[in-house]
Amino acid sequence: MGVSVTNISKSYNGTKALQNLSFEISDGELFGLIGPDGAGKTTLFRILTTLLIADQGSATVAGLDVLTDYKTIRKSVGYMPGKFSLYQDLTVEENLKFFATIFKTSIKENYDLIKEIYVQIEPFKTRRAGQLSGGMKQKLALSCALIHKPKVLFLDEPTTGVDPVSRKEFWEMLKRLQDKGITILVSTPYMDEAALCDRIALIQEGKILEINKPDVIVKRYPKAIYNVKANNMYLLIEALKTYKHQHSVYPFGEFVHYTDQRNDFKIKDLEEYLIAQKRSEITIKQTQPTIEDTFMELAK
Amino acid sequence: MEKNKVIQVEGLTKMFGDFTAVNTITFDVKKGEIFGFLGANGAGKTTAMKMLIGISKPTSGNALVAGFDVYKQTESIKKNIGYMSQKFALYNDLTVTENITFFGGIYGLSKDSIKAKTKVLLNELDLENVANTLVGALPLGWKQKLAFSVALLHEPKIVFLDEPTGGVDPITRRQFWEMIYKSANQGTTIFVTTHYMDEAEYCDRISIMVNGKIEALDTPEKLKQQYNAETINEVFLKLARG
Repeated sequence: MGVSVTNISKSYNGTKALQNLSFEISDGELFGLIGPDGAGKTTLFRILTTLLIADQGSATVAGLDVLTDYKTIRKSVGYMPGKFSLYQDLTVEENLKFFATIFKTSIKENYDLIKEIYVQIEPFKTRRAGQLSGGMKQKLALSCALIHKPKVLFLDEPTTGVDPVSRKEFWEMLKRLQDKGITILVSTPYMDEAALCDRIALIQEGKILEINKPDVIVKRYPKAIYNVKANNMYLLIEALKTYKHQHSVYPFGEFVHYTDQRNDFKIKDLEEYLIAQKRSEITIKQTQPTIEDTFMELAK
Repeated sequence: MEKNKVIQVEGLTKMFGDFTAVNTITFDVKKGEIFGFLGANGAGKTTAMKMLIGISKPTSGNALVAGFDVYKQTESIKKNIGYMSQKFALYNDLTVTENITFFGGIYGLSKDSIKAKTKVLLNELDLENVANTLVGALPLGWKQKLAFSVALLHEPKIVFLDEPTGGVDPITRRQFWEMIYKSANQGTTIFVTTHYMDEAEYCDRISIMVNGKIEALDTPEKLKQQYNAETINEVFLKLARG
C-alpha cells in the first residue's frame, strides 16, 4: 500500500481542519486531492510527511507508520510544499546538491530520474533560486523533491497560479514519474486536472465528499445538465436564479449550466420563461456533467 | 479620448535593460466591458498592468486610462480605478470594518459616506456577523469577494483584477463572477487576468499575450472560430508557446 489513512482528525484552536478522514492509495497510483483553499489538503500533507501529528487516527506511508517510523518515512518520501521552500540565496545547482547531500546521495546517482525536468533549468544553474520565474522554481522544487528517489511523492498544489501551458507540461511530467513506479499524491484546486488522476478524493471543509475514478464520479451526477445561453449573461443568470423550478445555476465558460428540480423537465418550458423575461438568442441543450459540476453539487 | 473608450493603449512598451517585457501593445477597452487579459507566466501581463495603473513608467508608446495619461497623470489614474490582486488585497490584521474604513479613507470618502457604504456592503455580502473579525481569519473566498467590493468603494470607472480567483472554490469563484457581471452591467469596466480558461469565456473580449506582444484579441467566440478550437483553453495552448 502506498498510503493508508484511517480516521484521521486534526483541529487548530477549535477549527476542525480534518474530520475523520479515511482512504487508501495503491502502490504506483496517481491520486488527486481535489478541493479549494481551506479544505484541509495541506494539513493532510503535513501529517503524511510526518511534519504534524494528528489528533486522532493513524496513517502509514510506504507501509511505515507516521508516528513510530517517521525517520524512515522522511528518507522515503519527496515533498513539494505549496509555498516555495527552497533556499532563495543558493543557486539552482547548490539547492539540488544540498538536498542530495542531506539524503546522502549525489546528483549523479539519481540524475536519470530528474533529467527530463532538470535539463530545462540547467542553463540557469548558477542563478539564485530567488531570481527564478514561477515555472522554473516549480521545476527546481520538483527536482529537489525527487533527488533521493522517493517511493512516494507528495505535491501540494504544484500548479496553483501556473498558466495552462505550464500546467499541461507539469502533468505530462507526473505521468512519466508514475511510469517509473513512484506513488504520487497531488492536490489541486483546478478541477480539470482531476481527470488526469487514476483516482481522486473530492475534499471540502476537512471532509471527503467522494472518492473514485474521475469518470465514475462524473457518471454518478444525479441530474440532467443543460447548457443555456442568451444575449446578456448577467440578466440570463438573474432570470435563471429566480425561476422557481431551478435546482442549480452556475456560469460555465460561454454557457450557464442549469439543472431543474422536476423529473419531467421540458426545454420548451424554460425557453418560454426566458422569452417572457425578455432574453433573446436563447439556446438550451443538454450536456455532459464535469468533475466541477459534481463537486458543486456535493458541496451545495 | 473617444467617449466610449475608457482604456486606450497605443504602442505601449516597457524595457528592462535590453529585455523587452512589453513590446508595442495596442488595444482599447470600452465602457462597461469585461476585458480578459491572458498570457502565460512571464508573458508581460503584470508589467503591462503596472503601467496602466500608473505605478510603472512606460519606455515608449501612449496610453490613456479613464482619460488620464500614464506618464503625467498617474495620481488621477489611481483615484479613478480600483485594483485587487490575489497577493495583496486587504490587511489581514485589520477587521472587516476596519479594512473598509481604511480603504474608504485612502480614497478620500467622507466619514458619513464610509459608514453608509459599510452598512450596504456588509449586508450585500452577508458579512454582518463577521464585521469585527480579523480579515486573516476569513475563508479565502470571502476575502476575495470583500476585496472586490472594497476595490469598488470609491465607484471607480475601471477595476483591475489580477488573478482574483486563484485557489478559490468553484462555487465562490462563480459568485465572484456574478459580482463582476453585476458591476459591468452597471457600467464599470472590468480588466481581469486569470489562469482559469473557463473564466476567459466569461469575458466580452480577451487578449492573449505571448512574449510581450498581444498575439490575439477578439471575443472568445471569434477566437475559437479563428483558431479552429472548441475552447479558449485550446486557443491558449496553440498560441501561448509562441
